[in-house]
Parts: sequence; structure tokens; C-alpha cells
Amino acid sequence: MKNHREEKETGPGKRITRRRFLKTVGSGAAVAATSGALSGLTTAKAEPIRPEEIVRVNLLINGLRHRLVVEARWSLLYVLREKLGLTATKVGCERGECGACTVLIDGMPRYACITLAVESEGMEIVTLEGLMDGEQLGPVQRAFLEHDAFQCGYCTPGQIMSAEGLLHSNPAPNPDEIRRAMSGNLCRCGTYAHITTAVVRAAKLRRGK
Amino acid sequence: MADQEKDLYYVEGIPIPETPLPGERPKPWKATRIIGKAVPRVDAYERVSGSAVYTADIVLPNMLYGAILRCPHANARVKKIDSGRAKKMPGVHALISSDTPEGDVPWTYGGRGSKFKTKIFDPLCRFEGETVAAVAAKTPYQAWDAVRAINVDYEVLPFVSDERSALNKGAPAVHKKGNRLMRPQVYKRGDVAQGFADADVVLEQNYRTECEVHTPMEPHGCVANWEGDHLTIWESTQGVYRVQSSVADILGLPLSKVRVIGHYMGGAFGSKLQPGKYTIIAAILARITGRPVKMILSREETYLATGNRPPANMTLKAGIKKDGTLTALDFTCVGTGGAYPAGGTSGVDWQVRDLYTCPNVRTTSTDVYINAGPARPFRAPGHPQGSWALEHMMDALAKAINTDPVDLRLKNIPLYSQARDGQPPYTTTGLKACLEEGARAFGWKKARERIAKAGNEGPLRRGVGMASGLWRAGGGRPPSTIILKLFSDGSVNLNMGASDIGTGTKTVMALVVAEELGVKLEAIHIEHADTGTTQYATSSGGSKTVPTESPAVRAAAVSVKQQLLEIAAGDLKVDQATLSFEGGSIVSRNDPSKKVRITKLSGLRKRGVVVGIGYRGPNPEGKVTNPFATQFCEVEVDTRTGEVRILRFLGAHDSGRVMSRLTYDNQVFGGITMGIGFALTEARILDGNHTGKMVNRNWYDYKIPTALDVPESMVSLPIEINDTEANTTGAKGLGEPVTIPTAAAVANAIYHATGIRVTTTPINPVQLCRLLAEQRKEG
Repeated sequence: MKNHREEKETGPGKRITRRRFLKTVGSGAAVAATSGALSGLTTAKAEPIRPEEIVRVNLLINGLRHRLVVEARWSLLYVLREKLGLTATKVGCERGECGACTVLIDGMPRYACITLAVESEGMEIVTLEGLMDGEQLGPVQRAFLEHDAFQCGYCTPGQIMSAEGLLHSNPAPNPDEIRRAMSGNLCRCGTYAHITTAVVRAAKLRRGK
Repeated sequence: MADQEKDLYYVEGIPIPETPLPGERPKPWKATRIIGKAVPRVDAYERVSGSAVYTADIVLPNMLYGAILRCPHANARVKKIDSGRAKKMPGVHALISSDTPEGDVPWTYGGRGSKFKTKIFDPLCRFEGETVAAVAAKTPYQAWDAVRAINVDYEVLPFVSDERSALNKGAPAVHKKGNRLMRPQVYKRGDVAQGFADADVVLEQNYRTECEVHTPMEPHGCVANWEGDHLTIWESTQGVYRVQSSVADILGLPLSKVRVIGHYMGGAFGSKLQPGKYTIIAAILARITGRPVKMILSREETYLATGNRPPANMTLKAGIKKDGTLTALDFTCVGTGGAYPAGGTSGVDWQVRDLYTCPNVRTTSTDVYINAGPARPFRAPGHPQGSWALEHMMDALAKAINTDPVDLRLKNIPLYSQARDGQPPYTTTGLKACLEEGARAFGWKKARERIAKAGNEGPLRRGVGMASGLWRAGGGRPPSTIILKLFSDGSVNLNMGASDIGTGTKTVMALVVAEELGVKLEAIHIEHADTGTTQYATSSGGSKTVPTESPAVRAAAVSVKQQLLEIAAGDLKVDQATLSFEGGSIVSRNDPSKKVRITKLSGLRKRGVVVGIGYRGPNPEGKVTNPFATQFCEVEVDTRTGEVRILRFLGAHDSGRVMSRLTYDNQVFGGITMGIGFALTEARILDGNHTGKMVNRNWYDYKIPTALDVPESMVSLPIEINDTEANTTGAKGLGEPVTIPTAAAVANAIYHATGIRVTTTPINPVQLCRLLAEQRKEG
């Protein structure tokens, strides 16, 4: 049986394993942080696009390429959830306030609700589904499970993605750094105490401890 | 060989609790094997892997998206709706309003039986966010395009946005008969005047808590789909049966033709106990278009139109003797449930009436209308508001008679419910233990000594505060039906109608099954929250789900065991009374050679399953079951900026038996976190001067706690008193008591730190800076 992760790629024709893929994303985060630019936009033509205009996009999501026809105004969140069925990424406010829709874009935690699908072209998008190794949970997911770091679970995918992003850039954060990094993700059930504990644990799990 | 493998599923080789004879009430568990342990949730994998499907995640073939046009004015009459352009827009399949025959559907805000008959689209919009028209289109973008293209001619009417002025002469009337719902509700016991005459100290103070909005992470909404005359609704709800009955009632359908499913839901806190207009609108749009319709509200809509905790304007006068005996409490409250009857003062006076021993009590509650979205029950309706007043006052009384706040409360602990007819005793009350053990674990006396010794002079001031509370429900009650199906390999299917709103209901019930049957958690599958396939349950709310459902689950498990024993008696040809469970087998106590493996029982093999049905039995007569709580916290106030940092919190809770330790602690921390928001940041702000509109209808402007707003140290201290009289699992409710005393505990800590009694929420830097400046001026 063909292993799903073998299909993951970072560019045309380039196949890599999941472990290497995550490393690449990690270094990608550093590049994005220093350049401060959205690489996808730099290649876009300067012509204005009408919001409802149909545009072809080529999105790299969880290592798989998706060739899609979208309206220019469609958010990445809408495309992920309603067009690709990747519903782990949640809709909470569609205003960039709550973080329920957090995904990793080039390794950085970003709100998919205020990111257009068209501006995501050329970047590596990772959703919660992308943290899974087949049916197996990733380390952050495992830590959230062990420490009951959720109640209703609706903000959880976003929380996990923020934690994942944090641990890419800071593999051993202290609780204060965790709270700061996670403060863009609201949890109305108020499970922050368990979330912080879970992220501490996740950091250890990722380091193989 | 295959049989042995199947046997693996059944028991773990541990003794199964004693099985009562048919008709006998199961005895309380003694030492439990798995109940109360810290095990991860049974649905944790689904929730952390993203495979849990919430209502907002449903995507059906040919599905359309709904959007609702809502009135932008606080009070207006719809004169004319021009939807000609909107109807013709790309992707639009249907448009309904008060102008279309399909939109002519009745609605009541007060629930079934309410006098207030209105319509799904009522031309008179009494609050901002009232429904005016709705669209179904191919994409949500197109639906919103169409909504924006509908031209409505409104007659904008005068509004009243503040309950404090709603009864003033000349205030705009929300309803024809005026702004008073009914005559003030008065509760009385003893002689209040005499009580004040007997007091050594009498204090009186005004308090106010602001309107709080639920804002669960998953917006309210549903997906509606018709197959012929059968309607299926996926609803983000706390109670599928409640949604089913309301929808069937409004649309005139038999209950059997309405199936409501609510497996995973993203938070509610009381705001999803009922369906919304959006549910009915989605069903109508789906019927017109012949396609499924998804209607998920925007965040702004949830702020305006899906409920809130009403503001409370309270006065409390209290009399006390020098020895700490309370002599009288006189309490008034003015509140509002918004533009329709919605319990604007419901539950607010309960703490005053029942928490502490006091012979002379009077409460007066006045509920008025304003032009704002109707309230919905919000986590312990009324209680955090009443706690804010009473626990502030208790703190002030303790100071006035120079006693410790904990000691003053300990002096006034009732063992029966004073406020109920006949003054019935509590099945259990752990209030005393909450206070004593909580204070010990928190280091209460030492903390006060430490702060007193340090002098508290500099710009950063430390303070500790505490508050207690009780929740007037939380004992659970019938009805509930549970079906437990034991398969021939020993694995189990648990079928229940209750929703798991994030509190861990499924996990607790699986633990009950595991405890009673000795089945591994992995061998239990739960089906729940579906009126089509699962049993009747009331909504998950009122902190009653565990005490309601867990005894029914236990009863179903006991029924399964009794049937197994009966079958074994036949197979082994011995008297059933001599049989007991031993590991995965049933054995005769008289003759150990008479033994049969459960998975080999003839009846189980022939039938394929053994089905146990459990019902929730009645509560004990003449008694009351309530949970109790005491919380302690330490704060640091920056007197230069008015910022409050909460350093630590401890919640000591008597909610009966701890059923699941991880979810228990999580509830305690979650309730405290929500209470911190109530105390420090949350307030609905209506523009009373110009428009009456809500100005902070989003999470930027309406601030709920973030990861940075919770203390680094949070401790959950269960005061575990198995309430064997209350029900057969000994559990009481937890979800609501955990947020009742929080805000008052914070306020009392701030007083301890600064000497300032902040009597109105939220205690934000704006307010605190002003009060600190006044304090300096008064010097």
C-alpha cells in the first residue's frame, strides 16, 4: 500500500518524508519572519481583481497539491472547510479575533479566516489534519489528549496549530512564553490552564522525552 | 481460539460490584476502580484529531447557505421590503420575509405557552438584530450579497436601552402595556424590620453587574434537510429533544417527522438550550428550495440575538450582631431580559435567600423590558449576580465586626434550605468543608498575615479574597432513559439522548458502565444526542446532566448484569441468588466448579445481545440536593495603571462524588476563568445616547479572558462527599457552581489590596484608576 506521506511535497516533483517536511516548514518560518513579506503576493500581478471574479489557484495543503477554481474573495478558511472538506480548521468569528481557524502558513500560525485563498498560493499550508501521521496523533495532539486541554473542543484545532507553530520556533518554551504565544486563540470554556500544561508536555514529547 | 480473543473485550479480571436483586436500589459504590480517576476523555481522539464533526462542519451534497437580514435599529417598524434585486442575484435560490407567504410563521420568545405571540419575521423589530428577511444561496458569499441588496424602509422608533430608566415617565414603551413585565416579585420570611432592630451593625450598598454575553466558540446554527415530509436538523445544541419539540410545534409536524442531531457542539453555556429563529428559517428555506440549507450565524449575530446574562442592579441591606449572627437581609434587584420575557431577574436573589442562615429575609425583583436582544439562561442564571452583592456584603460585614471573612461564613451555615416551602434539609452540604479545607489549602490566614506584615504600601498591592456560593439546582431529576446493549463478545453500546456540551458527559457515562460491568473503556461505544436513534433526555444544562444521566446508566448496567445472572442460573442449573461475577465469568458461590464465561452464556449467544434499560428514578422526597462552593484568590493591583493581575485561584467544590477527575478539574478552572471575565472585562455596551445599538459586538471590543488573563496557579480541591441519598452514583452538578462565587472573590481580593470596594463590574483599569484617584484625593 502506498504510504500517504510519500505524496507530500514542497515543490514540483520533490517528495519528502513527514519529518523532513516539518523541518522545512520550521526553517520556512524563520525566512517569513525575517523577510516579513508574503511571498505569494510578490509574484501576483498588480492588476486589481474583482471580489467575485473566478481565479485559478494552486494550493499546497498538508503536502498535497490542490488545483482549484475559486472566487477571489473566498477566504482560505472557506475553501478548506466547504470546498476541500478539511473541517478540522474551525470557523469562530471570520474577523481574525478568535484563532479557531489557525493554520500554519510557511510554518507561521495564521488566521485562515482573514487569509484569502488566492494569497495562499505558493505557500505551504498545514492544517490539523496535516499533523496526523495516518491515524496516529502528533505530539501536540497527544499532549492535549493526555492533559484534557479542551472542553467542547471547538477551539482545539486552532490551539494545537498555534502550539505547533510556537514549538517550531521555540522548542522549549516556558509557561509564560506559551501563554503569550497562545493568547491569540480564545477558549470560551476557559481551559487555558490545561492548555499551558499540555504545551509544556508537547514540547517534551517533540524532543523525544 | 476465536472465543478467547473475544473474551479479551470483556472484563479486566477484576471484581464487578455487587448486583442488587431486581427492584432493589443499587448500593453506593465503596472503593471505585475507575470512577473518579484521571483518565482522558473517551472522545478525546475525535476532538484533537479534527475528526469530530460539529454542526458547522456539515457539508451535504447540493447544500445551500442561509443568511439573515437583521434589523439595524434598536426599535423600528418595517414599512416596506424591496427584495426585487436581491432575488435575481447570482446563486440565490430563495428569499423569505414578512412579505412572503412562507415567512408567515409564528414564534414566541417566552417559550411554549408564552403570551407573547410574535412571528418569525415580525414587522415590529423591538431590538437590534431582530430578523427581517432571509436568503438561501449557493455560497455564503452570495447569500450575504443578496442580504445586503435587500432594501428595507424602516420607521425608526424611539428606544430605551437602559433598564434603570425603563420605568421612568415618558420612557419609550417596548410593548403597548409598558416596560414592566409584571408586578415586582417579592419573597419574605421572618420580620426584616425586627431583624434590623436586633442588629449591632447595619450596612447598605448598591451593586451592579453588567450584561454578559455567552459567545461560545462555535456560532449558533444548524443544517436543515428534508426528505419528503421528514425533516432532519443538525443543530449546535445542548438538547436535541428540546429542539425537536419546538421545531415540531412551530412547523406543525409530528415529532416522528423531526429528527434532531447534535453530536458535537462547540460550547453554549445555556445559550443553546433552545432552537433559534435561525433553526426555523433554515427549515423553511430548505423546504422551499428542496435542498439542504446550512445556517451558521455570524459572530456579530450571536452577540445581538442569541442571549445574554442580564444586567443586575441590586441593593442589599444587611444586619448583623457583633458575634457574627446575621439578623436581616433586605435585597432588591432591577433587571431586564431585553425586549421579551426572558427571566431578567431570574435566580438573582437566590444566594441572599438561601446561602447563609438568616431568619429575616426579604427580596424584591423587578423585571423590565428594554430594546435589546432577549436573554437566555447563562451558566447559573442569576447566581453570579446575586453572589456579587451578597459576598461583597459578607466581606464588608466581616470587616465591620472585625472578624475573618471565612469565620463569618462558617458562623452562618444552614443545614436545610430556608427559602423553600417546608424548609427541607439538604441531602448533603459541604459548605463548611469547602470553607475550612479550602482556607487551609489556600493558606488563607497566612496569606493575610503575610500581606498585613508587608504593609502593602508601594504601587503594587497584594490582596486575598474569597467568596462562597450554592447552586439552587444541580441534583438532577427524571426523566431519562438509557439503553445499554451488551454484545456477544462483551463489548457494549451505550445509547443516550443527552448532549456532551464539553463537560465530559460521554466520558462520565462510559466510566459508569466500566465501573459497573468491568468493561474496558475501549470496548464501549456511545451513541448520543439524536432524536432519531437515541433515548429521551432533557437538555444538558442546569448542572444536572451527570446526576440525571449517570444513575440511569448505572440502572441499565445493573439490568444487564441481572439478565446475565438469570441466563447463567439456567445454563448452570443453579439458584440465581448463589451466583456472582468473577472476572469474565459467573460462578456459583456454593460450588466453584459451576462456572461459565459471560461470553459463552447461551442467552447472549442466541440473542446476540443482552439489552438493559435504565430509567432515572425519583429524587428523595422532602429533601433538596444542591452543590456548594468556596473560592479563594490572590491578586496584585498596580495602583498606577489600575491593572489587576490574578496570581492564584483555588476552587473548593462540593459537587458530591467526583466522577472523572480530569474533566472535574477542567470544569473548575473553566468556571473560574469565565468568572474572571465577568469580574474584570466583560460588559455589553449599548449606545444609549444616540442609537441604542450594541457597540462591542465582537471579541476585539467585548473582551473575554485569554491565556494571559488566567492565574499561573489554579488549584481544584474537590470536597468529595458521596451524596448517597441524592442518587445512586452520589454525584451532584458542577458546571455552574464553579463560576458563581468567582467574581465576588476577585472583588474582595481587590478590596483587600486597595481598600476600595468596587461594586460594579467590570473592574477594568478605566474604573479602577478613577476610584484610585478618588481615594488619593480623599487621602
